[in-house]
Amino acid sequence: MAAAGGFRTVEPLEYYRRFLKENCRPDGRELGEFRTTTVNVGSITTADGSALVKLGNTTVICGIKAEFAVPPVDSSNKGYIVPNVDLPLLCSSRFRPGPPGEEAQAASQFMADVIENSQVVMKEDLCIVDGKLAWVLYCDMICLDYDGNLLDACMCAFLAALKNVQLPAVSINEETGLAEVNLKEKTPLTIRKEPVAASFILFDSLLIVDPTAEEEDLATGTVTIVTDEEGKLCAVHKPGGSTLTGAKLQDCISRAVTRHKEVKKLLDKLIKSKKAK
Amino acid sequence: METEQKRFDSGDLPALRRILCEQGLLSRPDGSASWIQGDTSVLVGIYGPTEVKVSKEIYDKATFEVLLKPKIGLPGVYERSREQMIKKTCEAVVLGTLHPRSSITIVIQVVTDAGSLLSSCLNATCMGLVDAGLPMNSLFCGVTCALDADGNITLDPAMKQEKEARAVLTFAIDSAEKKILMSNTKGSCSVEELQQCIAASQRAADTIFQFYRDSAHRKYSKW
Repeated sequence: MAAAGGFRTVEPLEYYRRFLKENCRPDGRELGEFRTTTVNVGSITTADGSALVKLGNTTVICGIKAEFAVPPVDSSNKGYIVPNVDLPLLCSSRFRPGPPGEEAQAASQFMADVIENSQVVMKEDLCIVDGKLAWVLYCDMICLDYDGNLLDACMCAFLAALKNVQLPAVSINEETGLAEVNLKEKTPLTIRKEPVAASFILFDSLLIVDPTAEEEDLATGTVTIVTDEEGKLCAVHKPGGSTLTGAKLQDCISRAVTRHKEVKKLLDKLIKSKKAK
Repeated sequence: METEQKRFDSGDLPALRRILCEQGLLSRPDGSASWIQGDTSVLVGIYGPTEVKVSKEIYDKATFEVLLKPKIGLPGVYERSREQMIKKTCEAVVLGTLHPRSSITIVIQVVTDAGSLLSSCLNATCMGLVDAGLPMNSLFCGVTCALDADGNITLDPAMKQEKEARAVLTFAIDSAEKKILMSNTKGSCSVEELQQCIAASQRAADTIFQFYRDSAHRKYSKW
């Protein structure tokens, strides 16, 4: 065992290849197997919606806070959704303290792109009074433990937290013209689409799903596919890395569709059990 | 050295916009290129392989750094995500293992954005890398496709077409096997539409690679 540990440290690539030759991975999974996904919703009581997602060791917590804002001038009937991904030093030694690093910024932009592309929540639904008042949803995703596949975990946490959001009823007092919040009457958000992400790494022309941090470092490229419940593509994100044929991409998509079904089933079950309580 | 080609036809698809390229126009960087695609124009300067900060040093390969400068204001989160995509595309094609413990810095300045900006940046970067004489395992090019409401594909869309489109897809394609190096999508589309866009981009890539070849040919035949 000690010899294997040494081999892993000295020749990580060769160590990993030996496993792949046998069609398995160092953590005992098959190449197309996802890690166990656990979701907990409503974990933060002070937020309007929250969820904690664990994908193997990778842990992401998402909190959604709703605040009032004036709608943008150019589209007076829209609200805002502001996603932000935080990768603190706490989650891995690869990140530095201080302002958000490159990876955190890229992840935030990816989340913003997916929200825009999939129309998961129509921004029109967030408008309270045309041109005067709208909701702004601050969606903060914080990684607590980084073990690869950050985007999948973020996406899942975001969707689960969004399903958990309860917005209070707002009425405008006609005398004062001010908004009055009725905290007793709460309604959930209308969720139009359910985007779910599936990430892959490319390793010597092999496709491996749900990579760990170690696997991500050894890989020559990554692909993230986001699909909605109709099997439509909301994002095909491949930031460089080794090349991929159209056929391989098709393979990724069909696996992403299968993954979508799994995650949807998990979330539906969770929401149902929450309601039953 | 300036090369110009008036019009490209790629089969039954609408043509790409006019491409203009000039290499080696800046004297200080090791490689530079100006790339004009329709009304979109970008300028690229490349430094390297040169000394690297100890904190960024990688013992077995070169460290890439990409800086994307927007026309107005400071680079933000949007630019960072584009920088990361261009960086990882370059890492895949440039033989960085030949220059361990050194840095390759790519500076991209947007001059005018009139649609298909990411693909223009990729093309400019490739021409800049060629001008810098860095060893690469293949060339690459960027192609943007816009899908309208009826599912028609427009290659190399202008700003207006991009805004009206239901989905905009950008791919980076390598010259060796015409495979996909990078992919970025905006808007949602079906799987069939994605495959059609890939096929269209691969065909358009042929004309861009032909342009690269002609441009290099003209540059070196003068001497």
